[in-house]
Amino acid sequence: MTTNIFDELDADDGALQRLHSRLERDADAADLLDIAYRTVDTPVGTLLLAATTAGLVRVAYDVEGHDAVLTSLADRISPRVLRAPARLDSVARQIDEYFAKRRKVFEVAVDLRLAEGFRRSVIEHLREIGYGNRESYAAVAAAIGSPRAVRAVGTACAHNPLPVVIPCHRVVRSDGSTGQYVGGPLAKSTLLNLEAA
Amino acid sequence: MAEHGATVLRVCRAVVGPVDAEDAWSETFLSALRAYPDLPADANVEAWLVTIAHRRAVDVGRARSRRAVPTDTLPDRPASHADPASRDPDLWTALQRLPTKQRQALAYHHVAGLPFAEIAELLGNSPDAARRAAADGLKTLRKYYREDETA
Repeated sequence: MTTNIFDELDADDGALQRLHSRLERDADAADLLDIAYRTVDTPVGTLLLAATTAGLVRVAYDVEGHDAVLTSLADRISPRVLRAPARLDSVARQIDEYFAKRRKVFEVAVDLRLAEGFRRSVIEHLREIGYGNRESYAAVAAAIGSPRAVRAVGTACAHNPLPVVIPCHRVVRSDGSTGQYVGGPLAKSTLLNLEAA
Repeated sequence: MAEHGATVLRVCRAVVGPVDAEDAWSETFLSALRAYPDLPADANVEAWLVTIAHRRAVDVGRARSRRAVPTDTLPDRPASHADPASRDPDLWTALQRLPTKQRQALAYHHVAGLPFAEIAELLGNSPDAARRAAADGLKTLRKYYREDETA
């Protein structure tokens, strides 16, 4: 009964958008923008992109729950998380080009702090599997010097912090079937078919 | 924090007016970003933001009064017996005419939804005084502002 007098104070989107852009610039200038994020629409759904000042730190599929991913980044890296597309413009553009078949290699600074130890070695190796190629889980395990750790390679791929950009989708089963994928099997075959076409 | 942006903007607009509100909003979120890592996980983020907005709004108000140019005429105040149609239809103007504490109490309670106990801490008075300030402010506002909007 008393609040409707203040309806006129309602913040219109235009003002909030303008203020958010200003905050983005100010926070970046004041070194308060620990994690910037944005989303990008692709044939495999909306991807969440997040970057620290060091580089791209996370790419996440819809099925992972973007809010949950941001919460986890806030817990693990810094709670200073802000939607700030500018820092991710180049990555987003490269992802667009990749899905338009105009790009085979991503040229982005990456921050691999979310992958440690064994998982880190797997992720590092994945970066060497070229566009359009496939490697079996067993081959990856052998390549990093742990030939019996085939299952662990699967787990490491499932925890790849940068799917699409670091091509865990190029790791398939020895029998040639595509196997599991963090973005779902359909996303994996979409990527493999895109690169094979 | 993004979900509270609109509420904080409404609070800033109510307290410092539409012109200075954007500066107050920006300062609020920048300060919040600076202090956020120290905020307890179970804290009420919106109440915390309003607390920061209160301090930033006071800063912005101070900066404005330093810039203010003295004038020899006081702004017109509509007489309470004036015809409703001649009353100032502008909510901003009506709000800016209120004493600061009434304006703040109104904004923090009716816009941000803070309890009077917390408002009293911000304003340095008692919960009863905060409640009275909000009630008096609302009464005056209704007198100055279009009556049909407050039904």
